[in-house]
Amino acid sequence: MEHIRTPKVENVRLVDRVSPKKAALGTLYLTATHVIFVENSPDTRKETWILHSQISTIEKQATTATGCPLLIRCKNFQIIQLIIPQERDCHDVYISLIRLARPVKYEELYCFSFNPMLDKEEREQGWVLIDLSEEYKRMGLPNHHWQLSDVNRDYRVCDSYPTELYVPKSATAHIIVGSSKFRSRRRFPVLSYYYKDNHASICRSSQPLSGFSARCLEDEQMLQAIRKANPGSDFVYVVDTRPKLNAMANRAAGKGYENEDNYSNIKFQFIGIENIHVMRNSLQKMLEVCELKSPSMSDFLWGLENSGWLRHIKAIMDAGIFIAKAVSEEGASVLVHCSDGWDRTAQVCSVASLLLDPHYRTLKGFMVLIEKDWISFGHKFNHRYGNLDGDPKEISPVIDQFIECVWQLMEQFPCAFEFNERFLIHIQHHIYSCQFGNFLCNSQKERRELKIQERTYSLWAHLWKNRADYLNPLFRADHSQTQGTLHLPTAPCNFMYKFWSGMYNRFEKGMQPRQSVTDYLMAVKEETQQLEEELEALEERLEKIQKVQLNCTKVKSKQSEPSKHSGFSTSDNSIANTPQDYSGNTKSFPSRSPSQGDEDSALILTQDNLKSSDPDLSANSDQESGVEDLSCRSPSGGEHAPSEDSGKDRDSDEAVFLTA
Amino acid sequence: MEFAELIKTPRVDNVVLHRPFYPAVEGTLCLTGHHLILSSRQDNTEELWLLHSNIDAIDKRFVGSLGTIIIKCKDFRIIQLDIPGMEECLNIASSIEALSTLDSITLMYPFFYRPMFEVIEDGWHSFLPEQEFELYSSATSEWRLSYVNKEFAVCPSYPPIVTVPKSIDDEALRKVATFRHGGRFPVLSYYHKKNGMVIMRSGQPLTGTNGRRCKEDEKLINATLRAGKRGYIIDTRSLNVAQQARAKGGGFEQEAHYPQWRRIHKSIERYHILQESLIKLVEACNDQTHNMDRWLSKLEASNWLTHIKEILTAACLAAQCIDREGASILIHGTEGTDSTLQVTSLAQIILEPRSRTIRGFEALIEREWLQAGHPFQQRCAQSAYCNTKQKWEAPVFLLFLDCVWQILRQFPCSFEFNENFLIMLFEHAYASQFGTFLGNNESERCKLKLQQKTMSLWSWVNQPGELSKFTNPLFEANNLVIWPSVAPQSLPLWEGI
Repeated sequence: MEHIRTPKVENVRLVDRVSPKKAALGTLYLTATHVIFVENSPDTRKETWILHSQISTIEKQATTATGCPLLIRCKNFQIIQLIIPQERDCHDVYISLIRLARPVKYEELYCFSFNPMLDKEEREQGWVLIDLSEEYKRMGLPNHHWQLSDVNRDYRVCDSYPTELYVPKSATAHIIVGSSKFRSRRRFPVLSYYYKDNHASICRSSQPLSGFSARCLEDEQMLQAIRKANPGSDFVYVVDTRPKLNAMANRAAGKGYENEDNYSNIKFQFIGIENIHVMRNSLQKMLEVCELKSPSMSDFLWGLENSGWLRHIKAIMDAGIFIAKAVSEEGASVLVHCSDGWDRTAQVCSVASLLLDPHYRTLKGFMVLIEKDWISFGHKFNHRYGNLDGDPKEISPVIDQFIECVWQLMEQFPCAFEFNERFLIHIQHHIYSCQFGNFLCNSQKERRELKIQERTYSLWAHLWKNRADYLNPLFRADHSQTQGTLHLPTAPCNFMYKFWSGMYNRFEKGMQPRQSVTDYLMAVKEETQQLEEELEALEERLEKIQKVQLNCTKVKSKQSEPSKHSGFSTSDNSIANTPQDYSGNTKSFPSRSPSQGDEDSALILTQDNLKSSDPDLSANSDQESGVEDLSCRSPSGGEHAPSEDSGKDRDSDEAVFLTA
Repeated sequence: MEFAELIKTPRVDNVVLHRPFYPAVEGTLCLTGHHLILSSRQDNTEELWLLHSNIDAIDKRFVGSLGTIIIKCKDFRIIQLDIPGMEECLNIASSIEALSTLDSITLMYPFFYRPMFEVIEDGWHSFLPEQEFELYSSATSEWRLSYVNKEFAVCPSYPPIVTVPKSIDDEALRKVATFRHGGRFPVLSYYHKKNGMVIMRSGQPLTGTNGRRCKEDEKLINATLRAGKRGYIIDTRSLNVAQQARAKGGGFEQEAHYPQWRRIHKSIERYHILQESLIKLVEACNDQTHNMDRWLSKLEASNWLTHIKEILTAACLAAQCIDREGASILIHGTEGTDSTLQVTSLAQIILEPRSRTIRGFEALIEREWLQAGHPFQQRCAQSAYCNTKQKWEAPVFLLFLDCVWQILRQFPCSFEFNENFLIMLFEHAYASQFGTFLGNNESERCKLKLQQKTMSLWSWVNQPGELSKFTNPLFEANNLVIWPSVAPQSLPLWEGI
């Protein structure tokens, strides 16, 4: 709290990004965890909440006649422009936010103060929802080729690896320790994914410290052991995900790549994925394009191409496809590394696993995949996503790229994934939000030391609780296309990779499709389910009534025929009445908002989202939402008669169309 | 002329067919007067039937005695035939070439096609102008049907029946026709029931350099305005182009003579620029080198999406004038047969829920494209693979369909039809067994006696069995105006095409 210089500023204007002339007047509040903007307009009181940890950059722009503009760019690609009337207030807000957005201690992060009203037991259950030892069991481990090694107990060998590691049975502790000394940051080759069908595996490590001529017997034995663990193949692919030039440059620093002459039976392969600095700049360039105000088509396409973003996405996908093919078609094991083996290696291993194993394409399986390849293997979340104030050169959208790869695959295989786009977007959001403890720190060791599990909550439990919102209605687990390995067309076309406006322009509602097929299908599905339940209940009732009737008729049948008849007619009536009760249910139904009844939810990215999620579903709002994006005139503007004055107004109002 | 003369080799065995994304098929190739047929002669295997009129360009090459013919279709498919024997290959190639470039319309397949289905409803009579007029005659009495163009004497590219303001008599229409390009005097295109505003369309006024004017023309378009109201004239050319048109006798409405109207210029490209854009786009799509960089710059260089954006923006502007401003509009370009129709029909998609249903959309195409005289024959003569560039070939209709697809993508639940419906229309516009898209206007269609001699596409499409393929399961009638976004981020490339 000591960092907040001014907790409340009145008469602040929130500028609409699409039509800058329209701005909402309201009050700005600074709290320990959020920036909150509340609109003055009494009927809406729309609230916009921004987590401090989401703030990427804050820019104070030159003061104008209307006030002092403040531009806040968020890590979830939201852009907020505020105009604060007093220069002094603006400065205070600016200084406060700069400090608040860059916490120096983990304890300052939101997850340590976030309390979703769960008791201790529920919290603990949340943390065991995703269990990696279960996952290895699912893969079929341990077996007579692979075993669980305790060599990294207490993080003695490698402090960025987890304690539970699977290694080939023939790799003794001596070999492992020897190999670890020959690998960057002691990240020796371990198992990432085991392909039950043909015993091939995907292993991961960091680069070898080979320099120009160094070699290490234990490391060579380690690779032999990996090869022997797969009796079906007589060689191992070693995939270096770096561009060859980068790998060669590393040799000068005593690092480098495997020399095929020293290792028997390996096939060495470079796959040129650029490093974190290139990726950071690429994203920056792409976001600049997204920020352009009414760009022309060429500006947009040229900028998109110039950013190189889609080219990098394709490189990662290509690497994943290569590995998946090697494993499933050639039956060969693959060892993947980059420099340290925690960025590109994580991307590539997880894309390949996702292609190979349908389990990872389910809700829970996807959580497991991130837990395994990213969290447990020491992807440096804190450094890459700037949770604590640190070196800006360490920041890079590594996992964002993986999430985009998944989205690109979802576009190609709409029925193969149990989850939908919203699931990906919310995971991306929470990687930066620090609302849950999952993505804190840089390694398992650090998380244990910080007692994350005892002090914070797990995102996975939260997502699982709300899983109804994340289901893909088109998911078909039994479809031939979605079983087993996903096969991309042999000649991947360039137009396969598309710009993901659902992610990078997700806060510009006007650019998104106005009607969501997913929500519509989910609504239909739910409706069908309700109807089926209704039907079941009615059938039960009918059965009961008939039983009663039968009893009655048994008694009465001989007395009088007509009474039997009237008896049936009453039961008929009761059935005829029920559907009418039901129609009341259905009416309220389509307007169900995805995040309703979710008050404590962290999913509500902003209050604004909660409120506007309703319109997304019902077509009725199209008129309003659409018009607002097209014309910047006030709501009353549409009604007034075109007089001389309005003719003048038109020029500015139509700016969107005329300048475009 | 007999087709047999053109077919030098009617049948070749052991021909191998290669298509992208399909396994190769070996079989017998047959040539008929209108089709190229390849059958593997086994049960349960699909046969390839290709209309000669669908063929855009062919290449041939030889490796030893094995000849290869690459056929590039107007619907952008590329198929490859491996034909054993050099002579057969040459014969086939020259026969296809001759058959795919027949210059007489009456030799086209629609004149020979006999439907295999029972005609429940004759599509030629599905959308009559009188019926369409009835739809809004209940709401307004300010308009009437005019039969002034009965013999196509006033305007050769207009249908015999047009809707005009009630207060304007046929004599005045004849005078106005002399003042508008191609005799295309302003006629009603759309009546917005919500507020009584209208979209009219016409050809450019023939003001020339000395600023000719025509009192009847002014009276005609003023007759559409309510007292004290103003209207907008949307010229689909840039001001520069419009000014240049004056030198050739064309021009635009002078503000002094049309004080109640405000002119807006929204530049939309036309003719060969669009054709080149399509050629570049398809070339980029077919590029097999997997290079992300080149793909985006090629896409950009094709300018296809830029054209989409321009057209959509103009249509949104038109719809905005009508629905938000409550002002009537007149839309024209030069001839009023291309970009004008793109804008009027898209504006109706945005404004009118009926045009988002299957029948409504068919009616829209009938009214705004076929009746309105979009020269399908000329525009769709060649597609993306042809080198002989004719000035009048242009994918105007395809661009319109692409724009509809863009709106459909943004409002997936508001359309009764799906993407397949749009693709089907595109294919039939370029090559079809039906007579619907033959000819350049009603007058030509009458002369060809298409109604008597060919089948209408609508007769086939509107059968329940066919319709199910084109129905959007998500459709939920949306009675509102839909406002699409025109930001580049919202406009992806239509992969279906």
